[in-house]
Amino acid sequence: MSKKILMKGNEAIAEAAIKAGCRLFFGYPITPQTEVAETFAKRMPKVDGLCVQAESEIAAINMVLGAASTGKRVMTSSSSPGISLKSEGISYIVGSDLPCVIVNVQRGGPGLGGIQPSQADYYQATRALGHGDQHILVLAPASIQEIADLTMEAFDLSDIYRMPAMILADGALGQMMEPVDFEARTPREIPEKTWAACGHDGKRKHNIVNSLYIEPDELERTVIERFEKYKKIEKTEVKYEEYLTDDADIVVVAFGITARIAKSAVNAARKKGIKAGLFRPITLWPFPSERLNQLADSTKKFLAVELSMGQMVEDVKLATQFKKPVEFFGRTGGMMPSVNEVLENIEKYAE
Amino acid sequence: MVVFDKPKALTDVPFHYCPGCTHGIVHRLVAEVIDEFGIEGKTVGIAPVGCSVFAYNYFNCDMIEAPHGRAPAVATGVKRAMPDNFVFTYQGDGDLAAIGTAETVHVGARGENITIIFINNAIYGMTGGQMAPTTLPGQYSTTSPYGRDLKLQGNPIRVCEMLATLDGTAYAERVAVDCVKNINNAKKAIRKAFEVQKNKLGFSIVEVLSTCPTNWGKTPQEALEWLRSDMMPFYPLGVYKDITVKEDK
Repeated sequence: MSKKILMKGNEAIAEAAIKAGCRLFFGYPITPQTEVAETFAKRMPKVDGLCVQAESEIAAINMVLGAASTGKRVMTSSSSPGISLKSEGISYIVGSDLPCVIVNVQRGGPGLGGIQPSQADYYQATRALGHGDQHILVLAPASIQEIADLTMEAFDLSDIYRMPAMILADGALGQMMEPVDFEARTPREIPEKTWAACGHDGKRKHNIVNSLYIEPDELERTVIERFEKYKKIEKTEVKYEEYLTDDADIVVVAFGITARIAKSAVNAARKKGIKAGLFRPITLWPFPSERLNQLADSTKKFLAVELSMGQMVEDVKLATQFKKPVEFFGRTGGMMPSVNEVLENIEKYAE
Repeated sequence: MVVFDKPKALTDVPFHYCPGCTHGIVHRLVAEVIDEFGIEGKTVGIAPVGCSVFAYNYFNCDMIEAPHGRAPAVATGVKRAMPDNFVFTYQGDGDLAAIGTAETVHVGARGENITIIFINNAIYGMTGGQMAPTTLPGQYSTTSPYGRDLKLQGNPIRVCEMLATLDGTAYAERVAVDCVKNINNAKKAIRKAFEVQKNKLGFSIVEVLSTCPTNWGKTPQEALEWLRSDMMPFYPLGVYKDITVKEDK
């Protein structure tokens, strides 16, 4: 029988990874995600795993590249400035078609910024995590249970599609505690890793893990093949949650911790007679564009709410193709909007 | 009877290296050692960014191509995932001692049980002859066109000497491949490094003084002579660390 454990978001990430069979963690300390590495440091020796503290974020992501090349499940975790340092390695991992899980417990930026919750790395995660034509899977949990489920899902997805998967959380989710059940999810079927560079044992030709294609036609071909895979993912792996959207005149679009504030604001708006609903993208890439486009036919307005100056709002506009107005409200720098602030904006734009 | 053959650990792909370049010799030595140990099926090699980037095409063992300077970190990931496999990196001076200095120093500090084959030819070869961290004082390159000025461009790094100070470094030797005697010595050093790894004693590195006739602007013969006359006095050959030898007190 499954049981619920009270746990911090950061701790749940590590526990879920262990549950998913990850026995290798490479990281570097940074607030507000340090408990991820600390939990691994405590737990890995008990499960025959390894938690290695690297000399830098750059080294950590390249250790991930090496371990992922052998076909073993591996992950790293960081927060915004650290993710910037990892971006070179992430691009190579994408170019080498390697699976791995990367966690970003976001804090405010740019620069050293602050250590309070933020969602201002949305562009970075969905558009420009590394150089070159590329995408990675981006999953945005909104509760500790979802952190656990999506961390396990991220390992499965990255193995199935041979590409990195990112858990895009924030300082609030990382630090808050909620009950979580690690047995709730059914693992997916994982293909055999015949491509791994783990020693051929004289049984096959040598495997090469590589992102270099010096001939332009060859490079173009590999990129196009990767984008065909992306197209398939955009069809089959989109996840989102809807709340009271069926009859909504205004649909609030928010992800992660912000969606929980928005949900309370939607409830408050309904009490005041405003037909508000909530659309919560769970996969940020692939973005749930198709469903949002459909909603644009039934609703009158969208309001994107983010912990940034407005980044996801652009995807909402692209998805809805300007059929209906898309408004924005956000706080940034580590500031969190109150339910009342979101409600005021719903009221303002619902008129 | 075959008296001279290509090592089994090398593929049939022809090397792309310039005439007189010593990469081919060092590739062969590494492959011979892999053959002699019988470990091709248990070895994972890491190619760098630089002239030897295509090393993944030349070795018959499983190969990974690392980002510039990050081969030691990639090797760490492989070794930690598969501690019973042999893991070596093959890196040039720019890769190892400039952009990848932190990764290099820390595999030594951690005593990571991997082997680095370090090609020191005192220049950036692939990008066309720029100043390297090991470019000699006064040496000409396309980015030190008036000769390396120590006041402007700083001092060269002696890698083996530096890494020998680290507790996790089990074995560090500098060799050269300029003549038969030194080539035989280089082979012995590479063998020793793999032996150290086999016995899980810690980090091992073999620095190989190598030539780059193309970017040095010399004939292959002149390049070998310059290696002896100018590089060797600055980078003395020898064993800088060997924890398998008990020191005489």
